[in-house]
Amino acid sequence: MTEIETQNVRFSYSNGEDVLKSVSLRIDQGEFVALIGQNGSGKTTLAKHFLGLLRPREGTVMIQDEDIAGKAVGEVARRVGYVFQNPDHQIFSATTMHEISYGPQNLDFDEDEVSEQSKHAMDRFDLTAYADQQPATLSHGVRRKVALASIYAMNPQIWILDEPTGGLDWRSEQETMALLHELNEAGKTIVLITHDMRLVAEHTERCIVMSEGRVVAHDATRTVMGQEETLKITPPQTWRLGNALNLRPLPLTVKAFCQEYGKKLATEREIDVRRS
Amino acid sequence: MTIDIQDFSYAYPDGEWALRELNLRVEEGEFLSIMGANGAGKSTLCLALNGIVPQATGGRIRGNITINELNTKKHSVAAFSRQVGMVFQNPEAQLFSVSVEAEIAFGLENLGLPRDAMRKRVDWALNLLKIRPLRERSPSQLSGGERQRLAIASVLAMSPKILVLDEPSSNLDPSGKGELLAALEDLKSAGGLTIIMAEHDSELIAEFSDRIAVLDHGRLARLEPPESLFANVDRMHALGLGVPQVSEVAACLNKEHSTNLSAVRYEEAYESMKNVFEPN
Repeated sequence: MTEIETQNVRFSYSNGEDVLKSVSLRIDQGEFVALIGQNGSGKTTLAKHFLGLLRPREGTVMIQDEDIAGKAVGEVARRVGYVFQNPDHQIFSATTMHEISYGPQNLDFDEDEVSEQSKHAMDRFDLTAYADQQPATLSHGVRRKVALASIYAMNPQIWILDEPTGGLDWRSEQETMALLHELNEAGKTIVLITHDMRLVAEHTERCIVMSEGRVVAHDATRTVMGQEETLKITPPQTWRLGNALNLRPLPLTVKAFCQEYGKKLATEREIDVRRS
Repeated sequence: MTIDIQDFSYAYPDGEWALRELNLRVEEGEFLSIMGANGAGKSTLCLALNGIVPQATGGRIRGNITINELNTKKHSVAAFSRQVGMVFQNPEAQLFSVSVEAEIAFGLENLGLPRDAMRKRVDWALNLLKIRPLRERSPSQLSGGERQRLAIASVLAMSPKILVLDEPSSNLDPSGKGELLAALEDLKSAGGLTIIMAEHDSELIAEFSDRIAVLDHGRLARLEPPESLFANVDRMHALGLGVPQVSEVAACLNKEHSTNLSAVRYEEAYESMKNVFEPN
């Protein structure tokens, strides 16, 4: 099933210049996709179209094979969860509990469901201790968790996450990525917008690369990393180091690097032993 | 200009101690990075370096922070602002002018600088952060990375002796990060500017830091150069913190293949690893 499809989408803000220039792409059910590109390339603008937060000047946005042109954001939000880059753009309730239950309430879940879903989300993100606190008084990392939990409580099929690990420490980053894998394994579709090529290399199967309002590549992550110069991307250290040391296949992760380097090391040591 | 932090503890009003018994001296011209898990006290420490903590926040304080005879308990934030330039975590918090150029000029106008001198400083800052083409744009129309560079340009235009950056790279793409750190490195080597940078990106930190202070629940858990800090991958992970990929690679190879590698920067890793295959 196709989860997200755009056809020739053009968009401009009020100053007139096109920010999206005829963007066509397709994301299938169960994919874990990275949406990458430099600052200002149009990633966030495009992603906001997937929920209907922005509407195309021309072209079509389809969610699960349905044109969302006439649909309200609230209606699309049943299927698409959008985690903002800045959690403060998404959080506005007086308490953490209210914030997390707001989504399910607006999706017309019955009272028991709202309560159950919200508690489950609070538990999943270790937020129970903050239930009665104002989100504004929480640290940046905890506010990020509140933002994730409030989407989790709505249980959307499609997750759009704009830099979800920005400003998070290593452990919180690991936890966030583990959650996304858990969701993906349960059949959810994940679209990860990020600058962090280490995350892209370790976690995603396919990359959509944007530049100046256009999709300039959409291919397997490994293939995209191999076009670093033409696509103006910087692959992670393991990839660059593997390339400089002629390791093949090029390693996307630390584990893969150690494996490939280990093989080469063993061969070299064997040659040394034979020589001596 | 040195920064002296002596037995310093701080608690927000109605809060627990956010910083606990810190002792730290930062030398003139040093590039010190601050790492720590979310909530460890990094931002609070940044705000304490120009007196915003406790002057604007209130709360309880013990010990002292002194910079060039100024004490954050006794002297105003305004007195510190000439010495200490602060770039906040969220650049939107400090940008409010109608154009990029006006934003950079704002602080200089408040210093009462003559028009010609102001013009030169604005030009210098626009060039340094590579935002000259954006000078007539409204800050609200800039991308995250462009806004971050503008925030830094506005602060550097005031010629501070100490620059404090709270997670400067969090909104930047890789090329933006490269430009930012190249500019900081230029500044560091040219002018004796002391730079304090709170940051999560260990690869960025490894590239430029003389020393790294690691905060854990408000306490100073480690204070050492990147080479020794990042060599102990397990200890960093136990603190909830990451290390550069090349440090992880070196640790993994040492463990599984009995090598004796250590690296915190890409170039070092390449040099030490290529020698294994190309004996002299």
